[in-house]
Amino acid sequence: MWNNASPAFRLYVLAFYLFLFTPLLVVALFAFNASLFPAPPWKGFTLEWFTGEGVIFGKPGILKDPAMLRAMFTSLKVALPVTVLAVVLGTANAFLLERKEFPGKSLLAMMMLWPLVIPGVILGISILAFSSRIANGLESWLNMDLDFLRPGLFLVILGQLSFILTISTLIIAARLKKFDRNLEEAAYDLGAGRWRVLTTITLPFLRPAMIGAGLVALLMSFENFNTTLILVGSDAPLPIYLYGQMREGATPAVNAASLLLMLVAGSLAVLVAFANRGEGR
Amino acid sequence: MSAAISSGQGRAAARLGLFLLLLPAILWLGLLVVLPHVEMAILSFSQRIRAGVYGFGFGNYLEFLTEPLYWRTFGRTAIMSILVTLITLVISFPVALYIAKVARGATKPILFLMCLIPFWASELVRTLGWMMLLRETGVASYLMQLAGLTYGPVELLYNDGAVILGLVYGGMLFMIVPLANALESLDDSQVEAGYDLGGSGFTVLRRIIIPHAMPGIVAGSIVVFMLSVGNFVTPVLLGGKNGLWFTEQIYAQFITRFNWPQGAAFGFMLLLLSTLIVWAGLRLTGQGFSETLRRS
Repeated sequence: MWNNASPAFRLYVLAFYLFLFTPLLVVALFAFNASLFPAPPWKGFTLEWFTGEGVIFGKPGILKDPAMLRAMFTSLKVALPVTVLAVVLGTANAFLLERKEFPGKSLLAMMMLWPLVIPGVILGISILAFSSRIANGLESWLNMDLDFLRPGLFLVILGQLSFILTISTLIIAARLKKFDRNLEEAAYDLGAGRWRVLTTITLPFLRPAMIGAGLVALLMSFENFNTTLILVGSDAPLPIYLYGQMREGATPAVNAASLLLMLVAGSLAVLVAFANRGEGR
Repeated sequence: MSAAISSGQGRAAARLGLFLLLLPAILWLGLLVVLPHVEMAILSFSQRIRAGVYGFGFGNYLEFLTEPLYWRTFGRTAIMSILVTLITLVISFPVALYIAKVARGATKPILFLMCLIPFWASELVRTLGWMMLLRETGVASYLMQLAGLTYGPVELLYNDGAVILGLVYGGMLFMIVPLANALESLDDSQVEAGYDLGGSGFTVLRRIIIPHAMPGIVAGSIVVFMLSVGNFVTPVLLGGKNGLWFTEQIYAQFITRFNWPQGAAFGFMLLLLSTLIVWAGLRLTGQGFSETLRRS
């Protein structure tokens, strides 16, 4: 019955996929346009916006531009701690939700979902306001400056973690739920201690989900905009830097950086798919 | 006796384990979610009495109600987000139906994955794509001139249509995935029975397919609505000066004007808006919150 879908239906789906990919193709294509502006007409193919020294257009390509490289490095400085913390704390949360019983557990489980429904801008301003209050209180008490509680990378890391942790918790808890407790019982019967069982049985079982959660956290940190925009100090991660460039009227260098971002995201996506495949075992 | 001691030790160890696992969760939710919102609530009820002195009051909320720019931007954000949600639903439904029911064999996972790909690219990259397509010197304007449809460059950017387009584009994935999942479980024989009983294609769609997809429709709509209301990049970059999104007002109060109490009050208004609409959507369709969130 579904097999004879009308041509109009098929055409609609085709048009939909064109609509889906056109913006991304345009971004990618104009990264290679030999022009000072990321706009038609097409003036020939160039790699100048990636590796150029800036001799031709007066502006260097992204891999030779210190400001762009600094922004990428800043992104990495944020994304790595966020990823590690998201996996470690997410695993702890998963054990808490799947293995422990305590009063108020369902409330806690519900609260863990909250950060997903709070707009990123609001997460940002609330954390900014709270950390400023703590900083003001502590600074007058201790009589010293606590710069890490002011807008900057430390707050960006906390802000991103506040909602990425929900996602990593969900991913890892879903895997732990599928675990067959008999495997642990068998290991205890064979004389293994708690620590040994955890490190040789349970954690290896969780590994695909932990890797998957880490990759998702890495990607979400790299791409986060709203929360980061509020909490950022003088060091701008890549999306914030690109946003500034886009408002000023960009050169194709922004396209080149965007293409790079897409490629990084794409390869992370492939890795996530592989990690998920491991879950099938 | 020794058994009692060891079981006592076991209980102590279990309690310690519970405590160690609870600690990060409580620190996370307490320090990064609950207390910051408490601080925001306190801030939103503090108003300037004279220079440097603040006291309790509803001034920030009154300011919101009396300044047309603020409540109009608020209402505009709400209405446009509802519109975006409806458009996204209408555009995505046939595609989800195609993926779930029409596509066969390898086409199905390929079509599904192709939907995901654009969303691995950052929101900023997607917005850049639309800027390059729509602006006066952009691709659409260029092609229209080549085709002789217009004589001069056409500015398609910086209007409400562009903002809606960008938000719909950004929301589609979050609609298609829950819709396709819901439609996947639709029993073909039900649809056939509908036709056999003399139902037209439209009747079958209205009486059988859409009711079956309802959980997916609700889940997708809620996520798309929340993403739209809380969006910042799309309205600012695609709407320009005409973007007028409420998140922009919050940003302006906090970062540009440094009027935190006012910004905190705006933040609560936005939270209230998204909570109310989500609650109304769930009530109207009789769905639960946790299941819906998990589904999406």
